[in-house]
Formats: sequence, structure tokens, C-alpha cells
Amino acid sequence: MSSHSSLIESSATAQLELLMRGDLFSVELTQAYLDSIASRDANVGAFLRVEKDRALAQAASVDKRRQSNKPLGKLAGLPVAVKDVLCDQDTITTCASRMLENFRAPYDSTVVAKLKAADAILIGRTNMDEFAMGGSTENSAFQITRNPWDLERAPGGSSGGAAACVAADMAPLSIGTDTGGSIRQPAGLCGVVGLKPTYGRVSRFGLVAFASSLDQVGPLARTSQDAALLLETIAGHDLRDATSLDRPVPAYSQSVAEPLAGVRIGLVREHFAEGLDSEVASAVRDAVAVYESLGATVKEISLPHSKHAVATYYVIAPCEASSNLARYDGVHYGHRTDEAEMLEELAAERKALEAAKDEVGLSRLDSSLVRMYRKSRSEGFGAEVKRRIMLGTYALSAGYYDAYYLKALKVRRLIRQDFDEAFREVDLIAGPVTAQTAFKIGEMVDDPLSMYLVDLYTVSANLAGIPGISLPCGFDKSGLPIGLQLLAPPLEEERLLRGAHMYEQATDWHQRRPEI
Amino acid sequence: MAITRSDVEKVSLLARLQFSDSELDRLTGELAQIVEYVDHLSEVPTEGIEPMAHAVEVHNVFVSDEVMPSLPRDKALANAPRHNDRAFLVPPVLG
Amino acid sequence: MSQLYTTVIGLEVHVQLATKSKLFCRCSTQFGAEPNTQTCSVCLGLPGSLPVMNRTAFDLSLKTAVALNCVIPKFTKWDRKQYYYPDLPKAYQISQYDLPMSSAGWLEISDEKGSFEPKRVRITRAHLEEDAGKSIHDEAAGKADSEIDLNRTGTPLLEIVSEPDLSSSAEAKAYLQELKLLLTHIGVSDCNMQEGSLRVDANINLHIDTPEGKIATPIVEIKNMNSFRAVERALDYEAPRQFRVWQETGQKIGEAPKQTRGWDDSAGVTRGQRSKEESSDYRYFPDPDLVPVLVTDDQVAEARKSLGELPADLRNRFVQEYGLSAYDASVIVNQGQGVTNYFEQVARESGDAKSACKWVTQDILRLLKDGEQEINAIGVSAANLAGMISAVNDGKLPKPRAKEAFELMLSTGSTAQQAIQELGIEQVDESALVELCRELLDKNPRVVADVQSGKVQAIGALIGQAKKLNPNVDPGRFREICLELAMESSSSE
Ligand SMILES: [Mg+2]
Ligand SMILES: [Zn+2]
Repeated sequence: MSSHSSLIESSATAQLELLMRGDLFSVELTQAYLDSIASRDANVGAFLRVEKDRALAQAASVDKRRQSNKPLGKLAGLPVAVKDVLCDQDTITTCASRMLENFRAPYDSTVVAKLKAADAILIGRTNMDEFAMGGSTENSAFQITRNPWDLERAPGGSSGGAAACVAADMAPLSIGTDTGGSIRQPAGLCGVVGLKPTYGRVSRFGLVAFASSLDQVGPLARTSQDAALLLETIAGHDLRDATSLDRPVPAYSQSVAEPLAGVRIGLVREHFAEGLDSEVASAVRDAVAVYESLGATVKEISLPHSKHAVATYYVIAPCEASSNLARYDGVHYGHRTDEAEMLEELAAERKALEAAKDEVGLSRLDSSLVRMYRKSRSEGFGAEVKRRIMLGTYALSAGYYDAYYLKALKVRRLIRQDFDEAFREVDLIAGPVTAQTAFKIGEMVDDPLSMYLVDLYTVSANLAGIPGISLPCGFDKSGLPIGLQLLAPPLEEERLLRGAHMYEQATDWHQRRPEI
Repeated sequence: MAITRSDVEKVSLLARLQFSDSELDRLTGELAQIVEYVDHLSEVPTEGIEPMAHAVEVHNVFVSDEVMPSLPRDKALANAPRHNDRAFLVPPVLG
Repeated sequence: MSQLYTTVIGLEVHVQLATKSKLFCRCSTQFGAEPNTQTCSVCLGLPGSLPVMNRTAFDLSLKTAVALNCVIPKFTKWDRKQYYYPDLPKAYQISQYDLPMSSAGWLEISDEKGSFEPKRVRITRAHLEEDAGKSIHDEAAGKADSEIDLNRTGTPLLEIVSEPDLSSSAEAKAYLQELKLLLTHIGVSDCNMQEGSLRVDANINLHIDTPEGKIATPIVEIKNMNSFRAVERALDYEAPRQFRVWQETGQKIGEAPKQTRGWDDSAGVTRGQRSKEESSDYRYFPDPDLVPVLVTDDQVAEARKSLGELPADLRNRFVQEYGLSAYDASVIVNQGQGVTNYFEQVARESGDAKSACKWVTQDILRLLKDGEQEINAIGVSAANLAGMISAVNDGKLPKPRAKEAFELMLSTGSTAQQAIQELGIEQVDESALVELCRELLDKNPRVVADVQSGKVQAIGALIGQAKKLNPNVDPGRFREICLELAMESSSSE
């Protein structure tokens, strides 16, 4: 077991080197992670499904091909966990929703196809907030995921399982998605590295949509070097996604080790306003001091519209979500209500209305089809998903479009313009990922608005389409990780990774492990 | 713009969702709070600002008109809650 | 009666664009496949699937918009039109809302028989959108399940909306015919109504002169018209119906909601349809999965160039170049490109446009009408018809026997030359003909006498005899020669 724990605690890059040299078999490595999952995940709950047999078979195939000197993919033999929101052909993709409990996609998402082509070992599917809506992974229809640093606390979300499985050494690499901070926030709260690429950098084909103009797939890992490796595997142009960018993918894992000489770092004045925990604030300031010691210049900048980012986000994201989730109507796939029961219910309502001679009520009574839709959807979706569908439907409905949706699109452009302005003066923007460290499970479930405000520092990057990374930069008094967020101009993932790597080289936060 | 319970009921039909009376009450309160927060957007001056519907400025993305194989029918119907091996089935739409 | 009100009609036409694959996925658009055999993750609206636009669909739309004289904006985008129906798997239709790819065009219509004045019908807009699937309902009282077939889902449609510029069913029909002619001519759609490639909805109301001034009645949308004839009948039914309703209720526009009525072709009536609940709130918003399209002036110019000669140009040219009447030019061009090309080939190769026109508008069109044949399946090819006309003009085929030759060519596919041989037609040489005339006149002094006394028709008695002796005799020429000889003999006496 001790050799196991040193193996699974080493970086994915180091594991890959061992595999390539023939000093480690993928079956061995995969089994070590399966053992780790077996012993830890009962407490953490990061995985919705562990693909044990398939993973071992894939691993054996990689080992066999390596022994016979057959060509192998870039991640050959490395286990990767995938958030349960990316389609994997003929296997179940639930999005942590009852609605899709039994849904099997007849196709691979582009990201999963790229992982398969890279000979990654798809070890299992991680838990998340239902349809990626939430910041705590408490909105999963199936299970709670716990923060490996404190099992009473949430791992963040929506990629809570993706962050927790890396933090607890149950997978060396994992795939998450980020619509308003859903990779960076859980990475920050779980003390791992998480990167949200530029919008369009990674294909969304086969990613079950939450808010299409904001969603991006990205890597979670222990180190920026590992994140670079995973990002270069999944990034790239895809003809099946019209919003995907037709730009070459740099060799991130090659360039990541080059420090950014004389990098100009911006600190956002508005980030250090009220509400920011003092321990988080000082950890971030300390991190900036580290950069200064490495030759960076630091400058205070302003993002004047950032205070409107959460409001803008909570119009645009629910509007798009209400439309994207309309397809779950129980007709072609997904949950359908018990039809006989539904028809009985309708008949009883009709009878009662007729007895009461309630003409208005009768004229308003749902047709059987409408009732089937309403019941199927209400049974299939959880509370937060329904709340956002309602919010988005309201904001797009007749009479409100201009005041909400159109207004939000205009403010969105102002937010983007703020970044364009700022990046004329600095190369990277540094700041906190969240205002607080990990919160207690159940603490905010009855207060949706406070939950939404957790996204304060992360949503702007999604609205603007720019890349951002979260990396460990300290711990609070309770031993909970604190995250540092770096933001860069569009398509400057390389700059983010190099900036993160030079910080990691100067600190050892990323080497700490939770005790489980 | 204050959101009322009757707004919420109307929207629930548009969204094809169904709520109990107590759920409607709770939802009205929650949505009102969120809408009030979001209403602050009206304070931002946006004259002459073009709406930004996409995060990146990409235009004219097309693919060529070539037929590729469709799914076998059993695959197309495989996830259907109800089907008869040739079509998706729903309760009678007429009547 | 006809002066009591004017009818105001606007048409919404959906045409299926002639692409091989669907608008946003690569499934086939072929008509008539087994249910649900032409679907994929995209057109099934499966979670995670994304649309990517078919280039040909956009190009065909652009071509159509230019042919309809539309303004083409430089920027166009796609929106989601949201409503729930089992044949709409994403619960939204990708369409165009506030920035359609074309607007403000026009189409000229006229009637060769002159039942209305030629007019320019304004086109409000033409936009590209995807089709829904098909719901097959239980006909008997809606007791059994409805079946959903998604083969058609995602087929590219161009929705062409006219201004309410049409004021009779005849104009509406002419507009549809001219539109169909134009679209099939430029090859953007086959406009096959039976297969749903062309669908028409009509908006109709009345403007009534009253002592208090002109008033408008509420607008009614008519659906479910499956042929141009049905459109004509439905509109002819609907206008007086609205007048009766107005007489009873006095309801003006704005005093009743827009009504949708379905045309029942066998009963010959329109019937009110149950309005869909909250149907008007489509919550349009820009589709975040699709990017906008920018169209340059060069692309528009390119599309214009690709159109070539349009039907209206052809009609003008046939009048100018071939000296056809405007009526004949219309009759030919309105038959579509097949007949138009056929005519032109016959006219060019025979060098006799008048005869070409006569044969095409009479004999060929009759064949097309009777046998529901396609022009290119007709037994007499354009080259062969041209050959036949030339044979007549060269005197190789006597005019009266041309019809006989045509029928033979039709059934055997032979050339004029072969038909002439087959029929044993030989040119009767002029001296032999003179010989024959002399012989018969000599045998029939009575006829000669009659002719000389002014009873010219007496020659007729000789024609039958001449044909018996030589079937190739051209009766006209025979008559001419006989008359000449008879008169000669009289003057020499
Ligand atoms: Mg339409
Ligand atoms: Zn398809």
C-alpha cells in the first residue's frame, strides 16, 4: 500500500514517464487508483460510476501495445476521470439528473473521443451539480460529494467530483466543465489546479449544454504541468462545433516550464472590496509578492463593470439553460411520467371542475400532452434546475426580453471591454477564486442568491470568453485550501500555465495532501 | 419589475413545469429576490453598446452538403420512453 | 356584389431547399424513407449534439433572395423559436427572427388571359429555418397513441413571406405559380407539393366600404391547403364567409384575435382550429450554438450572376428574338424550363420559330397534359421535331401528312427522315404531277367545263382520284396545277 500511495501521489507527468520507459504498467497504475477509489470514495463520493472493468481492459490493451512497440497515444495508460456531462458512446451520461438516469448516448463527445484516441484510461464518471447548475455539488440527484480536506464541507461545484477525485488521489487527471466558475471554484476549494480555456478552445460537441455561450471543458490536475498535458490532448478545432476556434494548439506541456520573465501582473481594485475573507485576501497578496520576487511587476487595475457580472451571468445563463433544457420533455429520451397515473389525475381534475361548474378552470386544464410534459419535467429535474429554467423562461418571455436578456448582452460587452482595456497594461490578472474557503454542506441550500454570489470572481471570464486558471496558494486557519486565480487574454492558455508553473516552482502548496 | 405569483404560474406553463401551491409560494419569493438583484442591471448605461451573444467573434462557419450515414433506427429509438420499433409514441395529441 | 369589399391576401410559403443533406446535420433529405431511418444525434436533438450549417442551404437561400429582388443585409444570425410539440425534438426551431437573411423584395405577376392587371407583389422577407418532424395522429377520435417520425426534422426550408398585396384568389394562384416557376427554374427547390416541398399558408381579410368609411375585418390565417387549386378554392370560400360574419357581428380588425382556420378540401370549407395555448410567446433569442453569417457585396454579385436568365427575361426574349406573341411566350415559359428549352431547340434547329411555337403550344402541351408525361420523356425529341418542321418547309414532307409523321415519330421515336420513309412518302416530282393533272382533266371534260364556268370547287372531285393513283400527291399543289391547266385550255380555245 505504501508503494501505491507514493505512486498515486506522484504527478501524472511523472507517471507517464514511468509508463513510457516501461517501468510501470498501466494495469498497475490503474489498479492503484481503483484501490484508492475503493478505500476513499465511500467517504468522498466523487464518482457516480467507476468503470473498473473497462478501465482495466483499456490498461491491459495499452500495456500490450507498448510491449509490442505499437504506436500509442499521448496519454497512453494514464487514468482520467470524466465529469458525467460528456457523452461517452453507449454508456450512461446522467448529468447527475433523474431526467437522464438511463440515457445512453449513441456517440462520443469530441473530448471523450480525443481521450480515447490518446489511449487515456477512462476510469470513471464524476459527480456534479445537476446539469452543472450549482457551486457545491449538492444539487446532484444521486449523491453528495465531500471536500477531501474536511468531509463536512462541500467541494464546490459544479465540477465537485472532478476536483475532489484529484484532491484525494483517486485520479491523476480529470475533466471538468466551467460555465461560471465550475472548474476553477471547486479546484480552489479542493486545493488542485483547474483551468477554464478560452471559449471555443475545446470542442463542446457531446458536452450536455447548460449555457452554450459560456460552457467550456477544461482540465483538473495536481500541477500546471499535468493540466498542460491534459489540455493539449483535448483542445483543438472541431468541425462539429460551429463555435470552436480554428487555431493551432500550442504544445503546452513543452512550454509550461519556461518562466514568464518580467511578467506584468494586474490586481483588480474591485476584487478586494467587502466580503473578501481576510485570510484569502492575504494569501492572494502573498502570492503576488512571490511573483514580485520572481521579477514580476504588479499594477493595480480596474474592471469597473465587474460588480455587474453576477447579475449579467444570472440572466444570460438561465435564459440559455431554459432553452437548452426544453428538450427534456419525455418524448424522445429521458424520464417520462407514469402515463396511466397522469391520465387518472387529469380525469379527476376534470371531474372536480365539472362538478363545480368551473368553466374557467376547465378551459385552463392541461391537455394530456401538456400534462405529460409538465409532470415528466417536474419529476425529472431538481429544485435548482427548475429555479433556473423558471428564471430564464421569465426573462425571455414577452415584455421582459429587452429589460433582461438584451440588457445583459450589452453589459456583457462592457465586461469584455474592461478586460481588453486591462490587458493593454498587464499580461495576467491575479486575484482570489472565491471570497471564502470551502463552506459547510447544507449551509446555503436554502439561500439561492448567496449561492449565486459565490461565483463573483469567476463568472467574468466566462462572460468575456477569456481563459482562467485556479491554483493552490495557501491554507486558512482551519486547514482549508485557498485558490489563486490568474486570467489571461483570449487564447493565452500558455501564458496562464507558465505563470502558474513558475509560482508552483517557488512554493509547495500544491504538494500538500488531505488526510483521509 | 416585481414578479408575482400569477407571473410564476404563467411561466410554469410556458416552461412546462408543474408546482404545488406551496412550491409556487416559495418559488415566487426566491425568484423575486433574484429578479430584484438582477434589476440593478438597469442602472448600467448601455447606449450605443452592441449586444454580445457570443463569447468569440467567429462568423460564416459551414460544412459541405454531403450525406453521411444516419443512425440505425433501433439506435435512434433506443432511449425513447415508449416506441413501437418504427416511431416514438406519445399519448394521443388530438382529442 | 364584387364592389362591396376588396379582398386582402398575403401568403407565407415554405419551400424545401434542394440539398442532399439536412440544414444542421448530414442526414439525407430524401423523401419517402421508412420512419425514423434518417436521423442522428443532431436532428434527434440528443443531449450534447450541436448544429453546423449546411453551406449549400445558405447558398440556395441567397440565390433565391437575389432572384426575388430582395435586399441582402451584410449581417444575419439564427434564433431559436421555442415551443413544445412532439415532432420538435429540441423544443425549439432554429429560425431567423429580427435579422433575416433577406427582406424587401418583389415578384411580378401577370395573367396571359388578362383576368387581372400585371402587378408587383412585395416580398416582406425570406428566411432560412429548419423543418419539424411529422406526427401521425390516430384518425379515429384520437384514442390511440400518436406516432412521431423525425426523418423530416432539420430539413432546410426557406420561408417566403409576401406583403398583403394580393386581392383575389386568381392573383394568389398566379403568385404561387410564378414563385414555383422561378424557384424550379433556378434550381433551388423542386417545389413538389405532394412531398411537402412547397407549403402555403394564407392570411386573408376584407376591406369594406361603409358609409362611415373603409373598415378592415379581422385577419384569418388559412392552413392545410395541399394544392394551388386548394388555395384558390379556400380563398374563394373564405372571402364571402368573412363578409357574412362581418354582416352578422360587425367585428373589425383588432376586435377579435387573429384566427387560424384549416381548409377541408373534400367539404370545400374552412374550419376554425383550436388555438394553441399561449402560442404566441415563442421567446426568440439568438442561438448561441450557431455563429452569424456575414455576406459581402461580392457574394451577392456572384449569386446574381449564377441566376442566368429568369422566366421574366425569357418571356421578353421570346417576343423579341422569335417574334412570338406575349401570350405564346408566357404559355411556353410558364411550362417551366424543360418545355422552354425544348421550344428553343426546336426553334433554333428548324429556323422556324412560328412553327416551333405552334407545334409546342398545341401538340406537345396536349401530350404533357394528357399523359402526365415529362417533356424529356416525350417520344419526339426537340431535334426530331425540328427535323420534321424543316422537312415540311423543304417540301420533303407534305404539310397535310405532317401530323401523320408526327404520330409515328411519337410512337417509334424515329426521325422525320425515317418516318417519311416508313410512310412511303416520296416527293412527287413537279412534271409527274403536271402529267397526272393533264391525264385526269382529259378524262373528266365535265370538270374542266365546270371550272371554266367559274365552279372552281369541281376540282375537288379529282383530288380523291389523284390520291388513289399516287398517295404522295400534295392535294394543294395538285389543285393549283389543275386550275391553271383548266384555265389555260379555256383561254387557248
Ligand atoms: Mg416558419
Ligand atoms: Zn441528422
